[in-house]
Amino acid sequence: MTNEKPLLSMKGIQKDFLGNRVLEDINLDLAQGEILGLVGENGAGKTTLMNILFGMPVIQQTGGYKGTIALDGEEVRFSNPNAALMAGIGMVHQEFFLIPDFSATENIFLNREVTRYSLLVEIFGDRLRTLDKAAMNERVVQVIKELGVNINPDTLVSEMPVSYKQFTEIAREIDRAKIKILVVDEPTAVLTETEAEALLAVLKRLAAKGVGIIFISHRLHEILNICDRIVVLRDGKLIKDISSGQSDVKSIASWMVGHEIGDFAFHHTENHRKTENFLSIDHLKVLMPGEAVKDLCLQVHEGEILGIGGLAGQGKLGIANGIMGLFPAEGSVTLKGKSLKLNSPLDAFRAGMAFISEDRRGIGLLLTQSIGLNIAFPLMQVKGGLLKKIAGLFTWEDKKKIREITSSYIERLDIKCTGPDQSVMELSGGNQQKVCVAKVLALSPQILFASEPTRGIDIGAKHLVLSVLREINEKEGTTIIMTSSELGELRSICDRIAIVNEGKIAGILPAEAPVEDFGLLMLGE
Amino acid sequence: MKKKDRMHKGGIEKFIANFGWPRIIIAIFLLLLFVIAPFIGIDVGTSLSDMLVRVGMNGILVLAMVPMIQSGCGLNFGLPLGIIAGLVGAVTSMEYNWQGLFGFGMAVLFAIPLAVLLGVMYGYFINMAKGDEMMIGTYVGFSVVAFMSMMWLRLPYRNPLLVWGFSGTGLRTTISLTGFWMKVLDNFLAIRIGPRFFFPTGSFIFFALCCVLVWAFFKTKTGIAMSAVGSNPQFARAHGVSEDRMRIVSVVLSTVLGAVGMVVYEQSYGFIQLYMGPLYMAFPAVAAILLGGATINSATISNVVIGTFLFQGILTMTPSVINGMLQTDVAEVIRILVSNGMILYALTRKGKGTVK
Repeated sequence: MTNEKPLLSMKGIQKDFLGNRVLEDINLDLAQGEILGLVGENGAGKTTLMNILFGMPVIQQTGGYKGTIALDGEEVRFSNPNAALMAGIGMVHQEFFLIPDFSATENIFLNREVTRYSLLVEIFGDRLRTLDKAAMNERVVQVIKELGVNINPDTLVSEMPVSYKQFTEIAREIDRAKIKILVVDEPTAVLTETEAEALLAVLKRLAAKGVGIIFISHRLHEILNICDRIVVLRDGKLIKDISSGQSDVKSIASWMVGHEIGDFAFHHTENHRKTENFLSIDHLKVLMPGEAVKDLCLQVHEGEILGIGGLAGQGKLGIANGIMGLFPAEGSVTLKGKSLKLNSPLDAFRAGMAFISEDRRGIGLLLTQSIGLNIAFPLMQVKGGLLKKIAGLFTWEDKKKIREITSSYIERLDIKCTGPDQSVMELSGGNQQKVCVAKVLALSPQILFASEPTRGIDIGAKHLVLSVLREINEKEGTTIIMTSSELGELRSICDRIAIVNEGKIAGILPAEAPVEDFGLLMLGE
Repeated sequence: MKKKDRMHKGGIEKFIANFGWPRIIIAIFLLLLFVIAPFIGIDVGTSLSDMLVRVGMNGILVLAMVPMIQSGCGLNFGLPLGIIAGLVGAVTSMEYNWQGLFGFGMAVLFAIPLAVLLGVMYGYFINMAKGDEMMIGTYVGFSVVAFMSMMWLRLPYRNPLLVWGFSGTGLRTTISLTGFWMKVLDNFLAIRIGPRFFFPTGSFIFFALCCVLVWAFFKTKTGIAMSAVGSNPQFARAHGVSEDRMRIVSVVLSTVLGAVGMVVYEQSYGFIQLYMGPLYMAFPAVAAILLGGATINSATISNVVIGTFLFQGILTMTPSVINGMLQTDVAEVIRILVSNGMILYALTRKGKGTVK
C-alpha cells in the first residue's frame, strides 16, 4: 500500500512542553484502509501526538507544534477538535465522552441532530428546528447493525454495560458521513475478551471500507492480530516503523522499554541484613480509582529496596496507598508476624511505616503552611514529638526544636528557600518534593513507601532524592518500597523489581534482568 | 541611607499588603467620621466609649468564628446554637437569683456543658454535608431559634422576675439584668475620664483572655491538626488525623465560645432577649471577622480584633454621623447594609486567599 498516496502524512512533528521535548521529529504515514498500531510506554508521546492531530486546545495553549500534517496530500493545521471532525478525523477516547443521562441516539447525534422545519424557525431562526427522532433512530439502528452488536437506540448510556458505551462512542464516530481516519485510544482496556474480539472485527470491517485507523493499545497480541503496520514510540522518538508480519511480541516489548538509561549509576550493594518474611502482603485488594489492586500477594525482605513498576492504571500506585490507609483496602498485611490494621493511616505510621505520596500537592503537603510545620507535622501527630509541656498542663508545639530540625533538613537536602518559615507553596516542585522526603525522614521509619518520588522534578533534585533514599537504606537499614513509572530509575536503585499488571504481581525480577523481560511482564505476556 | 530608605518603603508596602486595602479604606473612613463628628454636634468621647463597649460586648462572638473557619467548616452561621446555650445559662443563673460576678460566672458554667452537647450534635450534622457547612449552619441556627421559642414557654423557670406575670410560667421576651449581673464585666476596673468617656476594662480583659486561649489552642497538637484538616483534609487524613473528629471538636469549640460570648454580651447589654432575638445574631459576627481580613478558610486572632474594632466602629459612628447630618434615623438600614454587604463580598471571594 505504500505506493499509494498516503491518506495522512505527518512530517517532522516536534512538540515542547515548557522546554521539555516530548516529541521529536516524528514522521508517520497512514494509507487508506490501513490499520496502524501505535505502541509505547506511558509518557512516550502517543497521546500528545494524537492531540496534535486532533487540534486539541492543550497543544495551542502550550505553544503549538512544529512540523506538518497533510490529509489527502493537502496540508492541514487544525485549531480545534471541531475542525478535525469536519475534516473527517474521528477519535474514540479512553475515557468515555458520553452524557450518561442521554440515550444512545441522543449521544450519537449530539450537536448534529437531524432536524425538521417548524413554523417557529421563521421567528427565531434555525435553532428552533424540531428533532426528527424517527430518522435519527433509523440511522442509529443501521450504524449499530454495521458494528455487529445489538443496542437499543433508546437505552440510556448510564444503564449500558461498559462495552456498549464503547460501541456507542464508535458508532458516533463512524456515523459521520465522511469519516476518513479513526483514532481509537485503548478501546479494549475495559472490555472482556469476547467484546474485544467483536470490536476488533468491527475495526477490520471499517478498514476494509477504506477508513484509515490508528489503534493505540497496550495489548500487543491485539496489535499483532489486526494491525498492518506497527509504530513504536519511546521518550518522544519514533523508534520503529515496521510491518506487523516482521515483528513479534518480544521485540516490540524491548523496543518500547528501551535499554539502560544511564542517568543514575548507583551500584548495588548487597545488603546482608536481608531477611525473609519481614513484610508480607497477602491477597490485598485496594479500591483506588484508576489504580485498583486486585488480589495481590508480595513478600518484602528486610533491608531491601524493592521496586514496583508497571504501566499506568495497572494498580502499582494502589499498593502503597492501600497499605497506608488512604484508599479502602482488604486482605492481610503482616509485619514481622504482626498483623497490620488496614484502612487506618495512624496504625500504619505507628507500625513504623511512612509514605511519600505520588500526589505531592494534593496529599503530600500543606501548601499554605511553612516548611517547618510540614516537616514537623507527621512527627508531631504520629509520635507526639516536637511538643513541650507548659505548666504540666498543655502540650504545645516546640518552636525551637521545630526550627532546629527543619534547618538541619534544609541543609541536608539542599532545600532552596528563604528559611524554615517560608510557605511550601512558594517552592519549586523539586524543593517541595525534598520537603516531602524530609517529612518522612523525620519519622525515621522502618519501612518507607516512596511513590513516584522523582516525578516532575528536575534532574538535580531527582539525583538527590534517589541518593537520600539509598543512604537511609544503607545507613539506617530502612526497607524501601519504591513505585515508579520509570523502569530505568527503578533498575538503578532497587535490588528487586516487581511488575504489576491488572492489579496483580506479574512477576519479580532482579534489577539486572534484561529489559525486554520487564517489558513483557508489564504487558502481561 | 538609600538602602535604609528602600527598606522603609518596603516596610510600608508590606504593611499595606498584609493589612489589605479594604481594611485601610474602612479605617480611614472611620477616622474621618471621628473627625467630622464634633462639627455636627456629636461628642467624640461618648462615641468612642460606645464603640469600645460594643467591641467588648461582641468580641467573643466574633472569636467564635475562628475554630470552625480553621477546620474548614467555613463561617459559623450556626452561631445561634451557642447563643441559645448562653441564654439558657443566663436564665438558669438568674432563676437562682445569683448576683454580681458570681452570677455571671455561674451563667457561663451552666452555658458551657449545654454548648458542648449542642456543638457535638451540630458537628455531626455538619459532617453529613461536607461542602455545604454554611448552608447547614444557617438552617440549624434558624431551626434551633424556632424550637427554643416553644421551649422558652415550657421550661420550668419560676422566678417571678423572669416569667410572664399573668400566668407565672413561660419566660418573658425581654428580661432585664438590673439587680443581677448587669455590666459586671464592663464595670470591673473600668476607667472613667471626664463625664463622658468610659473604658470597659473587665470586658476587654475577658476578651483578651479568650483570644489568648484560642491562640494557644492552635499551637497545641490538636489545634495544629485542626488547622491541617482545614487547609488540606487529604493531607491530614494521610497522616492519621481524623477529619470528622477534628471538625466536631472545632464546632464544639465555636459553639462554646458563642455561648460564653453571649453571656458577656448580655451583661454589657443589660437585657436578655429570648424568642426571636438570636435569629440574626450570626450575621454581624460573620461580617466583623470578614472585615478583619479573614476568609472562608483562614482566620487569625488579629482578624478578629481588627474586624471587631472596625465593624463596631462603623456601626456606632456611621448612623450617628449620618443621622446628625440627615436628621433621619437610618441606623438600622446602615447596619444591615454593611453587615450583609460584607458577607456577600467575602462569599464571592471564596477560595481566593484573603479578601483584598
